[in-house]
Amino acid sequence: MRERSEGRNLNNMVAVAMSGGVDSSVSAALLHNQGYRVVGIGLQLVDETEANGSARNCCGIGEMEDARRVAEKLGIPFYVLNFKDVFRKHVIDYFTASYLKGETPNPCVPCNGVVKFDTLLKAAMGFGAGLLATGHYAGVEFDVVNNRYVLKKGADGSKDQSYFLYSLSQEQLARAIFPMSDIQKVETRAIARGLRLKVHDKPESQDICFVGTEGYASYISRHAGVLFEPGPILDDAGVVLGTHQGLYRYTIGQRRGLNLSSPKPVYVIDIDPVHNSVTVAPGDRTRRQQRVLLGRMNYVSISKPREPLEVEAVTRYRKPHVPATLAPVDEDSSFALFHYPQEPTAPGQSVVLYHGDTVLCGGIVRRNNIA
Amino acid sequence: MAEDIYLDHAATTPLRREVQETLDEILSTTFGNASSIHSFGQDAKRLLEESREVIASCIGANPDEIIFTSGGTESDNLAIRGTALAQKDKGNHIITTTVEHHAVLNCCKALESEGFEVTYVPVNNECLVDPTRIAGAIRPETILVTTMFANNETGAIQPVAEIGELAGKEGVVFHTDAVQAAGKLPVNVEDLQVDLLSLSGHKIYGPKGVGALYVRRGTPLHPLFCGGHHEGAVRPGTENVPGIAAFAKAMEIVIEELPESGTRLRLLKEKLASGLIEIISGVRRNGSKDTDKSLPNILNMSIEGVDGESLLLNLDLMGIAVSTGSACTSGATDPSHVLLAMALPPQLAQSSLRFSFGRDNTEAHVERLLELLPDIVARLRRVSAVRLKDRPGSVQT
Repeated sequence: MRERSEGRNLNNMVAVAMSGGVDSSVSAALLHNQGYRVVGIGLQLVDETEANGSARNCCGIGEMEDARRVAEKLGIPFYVLNFKDVFRKHVIDYFTASYLKGETPNPCVPCNGVVKFDTLLKAAMGFGAGLLATGHYAGVEFDVVNNRYVLKKGADGSKDQSYFLYSLSQEQLARAIFPMSDIQKVETRAIARGLRLKVHDKPESQDICFVGTEGYASYISRHAGVLFEPGPILDDAGVVLGTHQGLYRYTIGQRRGLNLSSPKPVYVIDIDPVHNSVTVAPGDRTRRQQRVLLGRMNYVSISKPREPLEVEAVTRYRKPHVPATLAPVDEDSSFALFHYPQEPTAPGQSVVLYHGDTVLCGGIVRRNNIA
Repeated sequence: MAEDIYLDHAATTPLRREVQETLDEILSTTFGNASSIHSFGQDAKRLLEESREVIASCIGANPDEIIFTSGGTESDNLAIRGTALAQKDKGNHIITTTVEHHAVLNCCKALESEGFEVTYVPVNNECLVDPTRIAGAIRPETILVTTMFANNETGAIQPVAEIGELAGKEGVVFHTDAVQAAGKLPVNVEDLQVDLLSLSGHKIYGPKGVGALYVRRGTPLHPLFCGGHHEGAVRPGTENVPGIAAFAKAMEIVIEELPESGTRLRLLKEKLASGLIEIISGVRRNGSKDTDKSLPNILNMSIEGVDGESLLLNLDLMGIAVSTGSACTSGATDPSHVLLAMALPPQLAQSSLRFSFGRDNTEAHVERLLELLPDIVARLRRVSAVRLKDRPGSVQT
């Protein structure tokens, strides 16, 4: 019989979002061993019929059963909560709408900010857990001087997932635990092996968990109920080079899959939903960006600076830090001025600003970002 | 540590001691195949037929009208698909209600994809179906009416006898799922005027994996399985004699205990209902409180401003088991189709809890719930007002 609370002294109760993967499984195990009263939560995010059989699908029911087995092994309670509506509204619809506008979204950002650290955290608070843990490779610290919680990179640089968490608020960070913060991925697997968790050798999950083997394009046309509309692929002088198969199949900087017979490799430099066109240019003529305009800015670890601030920018997940100056425009938007011109950023992508291993803030690239 | 409290008897019930003794005894003494000619087989056959007589006498049927199955779902499927297939030359129309168990609804849906037509008759806001609406839906090609005796989520008791009379007048086969009603209400196939009636063992303190279908003599029925000549060739497969004997034992005892057991359960249920309404604001009962319109043991309540699932989790962490509706495979819940069919707003449907009482429950259990729930509800209402973000959403405009 598992441990049960008496309904009192729930202060050290923590909810762990358990996907069935190795990171969240080990997170639950570590917290359990540290003496927290751990409650495992599986998130039902899509319909069972919708979840395709892909092994790397974090929303699948099969994964839920993996999570349940881990919870049983640890002797902690485990529940599956139905978050299909909030996931559809804030992640899937956002993802498809963004692609249909010619953007390249990061659905993981609202999944963390809204589904996990808002809806799930509230559910956890509802049963008396003051804290929510996830298996993200990221950290949270309290800065006594500024009286603020600070979001940090994970110690394993190759796995760091702080990029996807920049949209959290102070209230959310205050209730967040990231047990993977100081751990290397290889250690995680070793811990899982040591605990005899069967998930220790599960493959890494993909970033877009709800799109399975069918691919983005098919998923989007099926989900949004739109057929792709072919349109022109232009060069940077406006000459038609070919035909594209629907804007949402393309992203800024893309080189492969363009089906153009040009002598030099060309890259997508613009996606224009108004004219349904894709513009390409050879590598030496892609317009390097001096600056980018970000919207929906969230200042996670700092308050909005009154003056320009020297930062390091990450323009896409896993890209290296590049030096930049952050210049807020208003409450919602800010420029990131690159010290050295950068490859074009894709509208819809998140640009996250760091100072060393601290996430300062982040925002979403606006379409007319070169203005 | 306080004792665990089980208030989910509509989902399943614990095995009763006497029933377990029967089960243990037969498992260890009688292993023969009831179809075998030798004495081992004859022993099993004797137990099987004795059990059939017990079940038959409990519901006012003849022994040859009882078919043993693997449980309620199989009984429903055999009744519905079995009569549909057997009468497909006669017609293709089936009448049911919007609040049936998924064993019935999904069987009907499957038949729709195979060329049958199904009319889903709605219910009123107390989960009750109007017999005249059933009668009004009958057409020349109607071959089956299937309505449950008592609803598994709200406990609503349908006017089955009236429906049976109307269907009988039109010469239409009538099936009722009595899985929830059995053991809480008298079940008599003559009074109800049914042709087919489903029963399950594990809802009446019997074992899981065993149930029965009553089939009135002369009712057309096509088997679902291909196999031998067991159970009148309608349900092939070697009979689960220990399970069947235990099921019969369980049935015999719950029938003996009526009506006193029902009176006792209804007192507990009404104590909880009136207590909740008194001490928590925004509480409403889903379904009728009339004794002749609701089961004595099932109480369905909505508590405004809180999520039923969250309430369930809170209670489970304290060792109290309740339900938000019918159990679902993944463990996650959708709003109940039954409550939505009663025209309950989706938000109130999501705020519902089902308490289903059983023989082990006491007044102390009700008192403990009444002691714990106000704090839980207050916390959940407080948390739902908390704003964790400056911006609630993330979708770009």
